[in-house]
Amino acid sequence: MKIIVDQDKCVASGQCVTAAADVFDQRDEDGIVVLLTDNPSEDLAADVHQAAAVCPALAIVVED
Amino acid sequence: MTQGDQIDYPIPPIDAIEPPPEWERLRQQCPVAHVRLPSGDQAALLTRYDDVRQVLSDPRFARSADGAARVSAEGTGVFDRRRPGVPQSGDGHQRWRRMITKWFTAKRMAALRPAIEAMADQLVDDMVERGRPADLKANLGFPLPVWVICELLGVPASDRERFSYCSDTFLNLSRYSAADMEAAHTEFAAYMAGHIEAKRADPGTDLLSDLITGTDSAGERLSDDALVSTGMGLLIAGHETTTNMIGKMMAMLLADRERWEQLLADPALVRTAVEETLRYDANAGFGMIRYVSEELELADGVLPAGTTAVCSMASANRDERIFDDAGEMDLTRSPNVHLAFGAGPHSCIGQSLARTELQVVLEVLLRRLPTLELAVPAAELPLVEGLLVGGLREVRVIW
Repeated sequence: MKIIVDQDKCVASGQCVTAAADVFDQRDEDGIVVLLTDNPSEDLAADVHQAAAVCPALAIVVED
Repeated sequence: MTQGDQIDYPIPPIDAIEPPPEWERLRQQCPVAHVRLPSGDQAALLTRYDDVRQVLSDPRFARSADGAARVSAEGTGVFDRRRPGVPQSGDGHQRWRRMITKWFTAKRMAALRPAIEAMADQLVDDMVERGRPADLKANLGFPLPVWVICELLGVPASDRERFSYCSDTFLNLSRYSAADMEAAHTEFAAYMAGHIEAKRADPGTDLLSDLITGTDSAGERLSDDALVSTGMGLLIAGHETTTNMIGKMMAMLLADRERWEQLLADPALVRTAVEETLRYDANAGFGMIRYVSEELELADGVLPAGTTAVCSMASANRDERIFDDAGEMDLTRSPNVHLAFGAGPHSCIGQSLARTELQVVLEVLLRRLPTLELAVPAAELPLVEGLLVGGLREVRVIW
């Protein structure tokens, strides 16, 4: 699994952190997405896909 | 563009639960529909999920522009009003937005949650003391979001009443005269300007103090106009919508006893249940306008340059192409990709806060008043008579 985030598109909704806090974080200064790991373990796959689906900016792409 | 009969928009709501049947007819037969707004101006109504999402997500299109259709000839108050000092699109808009988004991160929401819960508990205490039946909207739905915004903006608890009054007067003017609206706007702007002056002299740890002392990523400070616009915008955006959603959420969940009992049995469903009520909301109001400044090809038609598009997120949220059993409430639905908060660069800046407030309200009511029920059948709950904002006038309950 490989994750790509687009910080320019990100609207800082925090939905990805709620879905997968081990994989996504938000910058303190503006809430923009930060990737904690771009290749998380497979047991987090469901949470990561959830995060990508509910992102209001579709700023997360997951490649399996 | 697909030709159809001229439709007047907004389409009147039916009741607290059921969507107007026109939504489904339009999604099936006329996904890009010519509509006439109350002003007489023409617009294109989008009702399918993919079209709504595409237009809302396109960074080229702003919420207003010269030449865009007007909702009503007299203006519709706060929602039509340009925000002086605040850029409406592009990089400037993004820089402004990113000064504010740090206040709505998941971490900040987690930190704010206990305070919101304490407020909700206090409001439920007061409601129970006053006795049943009670209006859940007046007792909890109205005050809670104002209290929370006051906390966020650093407005002292002693000013809550004043702040609530301003907001209520202002928001109710959606259906009053332009002169009344102007007077309320002036009074509210003066209040906010005074508050900002006080914060400038003695900054606190709140959002407004931070905006006053901080700069955007280009090193620019917000002008005084932008500070007032931003403070007012946050109150307006965060108050009435959340107030209404609290009422509608509870009406939806109490309309069918099985839903409430499902939540009592498994309170861990609160998060997905809140999302599902946001998706299912049949009284979401007008929708979002975008001025399509360049020709745009959609899956379901072409919007010529100069089109004013009305995006019905509420109809999109019932689109059977996206949601299995779209007409059914499923409190476990996940992922729930509804568009209640919009999408793209203008999606609701306070959506994490709204979610937190809705979740807390539901958790507190499940814990405190498990026997809660509607005092009248859901279909008889009175609707808000507004042009732009959908909601219930009151939600009478017993317990």
